[in-house]
Amino acid sequence: MKKEELSEDELLDQVTSTEYKYGFTTKMDSDTIPKGLSEDVVRLISKKKNEPEWMLKYRLEAYKIWLSMEEPDWANVKYKKPNYQDIIYYSAPQPKKKLDSLDDLDPELKKTFDKLGISVNEQKRLSNVAVDIVMDSVSVATSFKSTLAKLGIIFCSISEAIQEHPELVKRYLGTVVPSGDNFFSALNAAVFSDGSFCYIPKGSKCPMELSTYFRINEAGTGQFERTLLIADEGSYVSYLEGCTAPQRDENQLHAAVVELIALDNAEIKYSTVQNWYPGNKDGIGGVFNFVTKRGICHKNSKISWTQVETGSAVTWKYPSCILKGDNSVGEFFSVAVTNNFQQADTGTKMIHLGKNSKSTIIAKGICAGKSDGSYRGLVHISKGAKNSRNFSQCDSLLMGDKCGSHTFPYIEVKNNSSQVEHEATTSKIGEDQIFYCNQRGIGTEEAIALIVNGYCKDVLNQLPMEFAVEAQKLLEISLEGSVG
Amino acid sequence: MLKINDLKAGIEDVEILKGINLSVNKGEVHAIMGPNGSGKSTLSAVIAGNETYEVNSGSILFDGEDLLDLDPDQRAHKGVFLSFQYPVEIPGISVSNFIKAAITEKRKVLGLGPISAKELLSSMKEKMELLSMKKGYLSRNMNEGFSGGEKKRNEIFQMAMLEPKLAILDETDSGLDIDALRIVANGVNKLKSKENATIIITHYQRLLDYIVPDFVHVLHNGRIIKSGGKELAHELEEKGYDWVTKEADEKWGY
Repeated sequence: MKKEELSEDELLDQVTSTEYKYGFTTKMDSDTIPKGLSEDVVRLISKKKNEPEWMLKYRLEAYKIWLSMEEPDWANVKYKKPNYQDIIYYSAPQPKKKLDSLDDLDPELKKTFDKLGISVNEQKRLSNVAVDIVMDSVSVATSFKSTLAKLGIIFCSISEAIQEHPELVKRYLGTVVPSGDNFFSALNAAVFSDGSFCYIPKGSKCPMELSTYFRINEAGTGQFERTLLIADEGSYVSYLEGCTAPQRDENQLHAAVVELIALDNAEIKYSTVQNWYPGNKDGIGGVFNFVTKRGICHKNSKISWTQVETGSAVTWKYPSCILKGDNSVGEFFSVAVTNNFQQADTGTKMIHLGKNSKSTIIAKGICAGKSDGSYRGLVHISKGAKNSRNFSQCDSLLMGDKCGSHTFPYIEVKNNSSQVEHEATTSKIGEDQIFYCNQRGIGTEEAIALIVNGYCKDVLNQLPMEFAVEAQKLLEISLEGSVG
Repeated sequence: MLKINDLKAGIEDVEILKGINLSVNKGEVHAIMGPNGSGKSTLSAVIAGNETYEVNSGSILFDGEDLLDLDPDQRAHKGVFLSFQYPVEIPGISVSNFIKAAITEKRKVLGLGPISAKELLSSMKEKMELLSMKKGYLSRNMNEGFSGGEKKRNEIFQMAMLEPKLAILDETDSGLDIDALRIVANGVNKLKSKENATIIITHYQRLLDYIVPDFVHVLHNGRIIKSGGKELAHELEEKGYDWVTKEADEKWGY
């Protein structure tokens, strides 16, 4: 009985009505290098970061591969390809001094986070979240490090990991997403300036959600994060990644690479809330988000991707799982919202190699305005992946009659003991639903937010509590004004 | 409280309401009866502001203000509540979350902050008891998988939570078995006060055995053709609608 009351209480607290909006830049001196990409620029980045020789070699190889590749155009998106010689490939906020605590944070930077409603101190105090902030390209502050260190957990910027834990980086970097995997992963490998690194030792359960807030801050700066997360045997970690960007008139390129390694019996939960500047109502500006995210699951391990995608002008993103080990599990839960002139081509790949491997895909698309949303997913079950199972559900919700929603499911099954299920629905928000809400005093905008939240519930439930609330707000904001 | 003057409304070119006049004072219960297709549900939809219907002329004064100038959510904030004949499903949204959203919006208009979870929950528990509702109902999704009776009970539950000045019950009795009917009627009776008013729209007299109206109106072909006290309902039950409609049809030329 008591238990039920509690859960109802929690249920009630879930709904919040405050809003926040982005659209500001922080004034900070930046240490930037000239525009353009060449072997010299790659060397310069590596030098500025004081990297060891092997790292420079890795970058230069990737650069050579990139030169030989063509920008892909198979995705269901249209955009003006960026001029790669017109991008600044490195920018670091000043001062670069390492901070002992969050109190030493640059006041300007602190103000920015306050405006976002993400007070780092609050976060630290209330929600037990260790925050590794990436502002432009260099990590400015990392908190909770000592608590984590006691458990042998390493959570730092990738630059620091290259210096302090080269053996781990060398061993795993590029093993899940090789430089030559695609055009953008090659570019990232050549020029990545920073990102996060995380290692959970054998048998450890990370006691807090690890969280990184990314922001693009320097006008005209492309950002190329690199994230490497290793969960050693029998360990567990939940990792949160959230991004917001100030308004810009020019397109900004973002080509991140995220690699997850779940060793035997390990579990990784990776959650993303993405709200980069989507461009204005006329489709001017906005971030190009071309991301490669992939994880590998060893024996009995599990990787779970949850994403709420509301931002970016163009999104190209397929968080994937290679289910290499027997009994491994891959999950993908996604909400992708497109409004105005946004375009998104997103989905997942579940590659079943191990026996009895399982995967679940729940993808919810919401299209409004003149936007285009596509789900593109691959379920591949190899010959050796006996008794594997997949369940996929792809739903789309349309608002208005000028948007488009597309589903491209690819299913390849190479044995006869496996089972694949695919369900898909397309629906529209009903006028009767809106009127019903209206009659209860809920205005049309709020009604849409409510209906959308209900539609996305299966995915939002996968997010940690604070993140779920933030995601709800983002859904509300990104669909504002979408029904006339 | 409510004064409807010569209201004409319809869908596209078809006029359904052909000049409705109706006055409802606070503390009163009015029943609107009539055969199928007489315009009963259209009248309730137009009062609530459903934009499917076009209002051609007339006014609906509510506490002196014309509801026709207001959006449906603004009318709700003024205290107009419609218990739907066919309540709508909202998948993924729990009853408690939905009601919280409705109450939050209402309070916003009154310049109040959000209600505390504790306060809301205890109020919900109280109202659930009133309607003999099962525990666990609050976390079910709005009308999703509800039986006909559960849907109607859910409507009255929302009414209890929102405490409207004017409640319009559109065919609330349809889909209810006799026990559920008694529970719902009992709930409605307990919610009645000197300050609020109720309009019951029904085809049958059945519900009126439990909720006794002060006035009964017969709606036919878009007009109120006869009004009377509660005894009119009994008369209709006995004799059917023909004897009143025939007279009216002659008068209006059908």
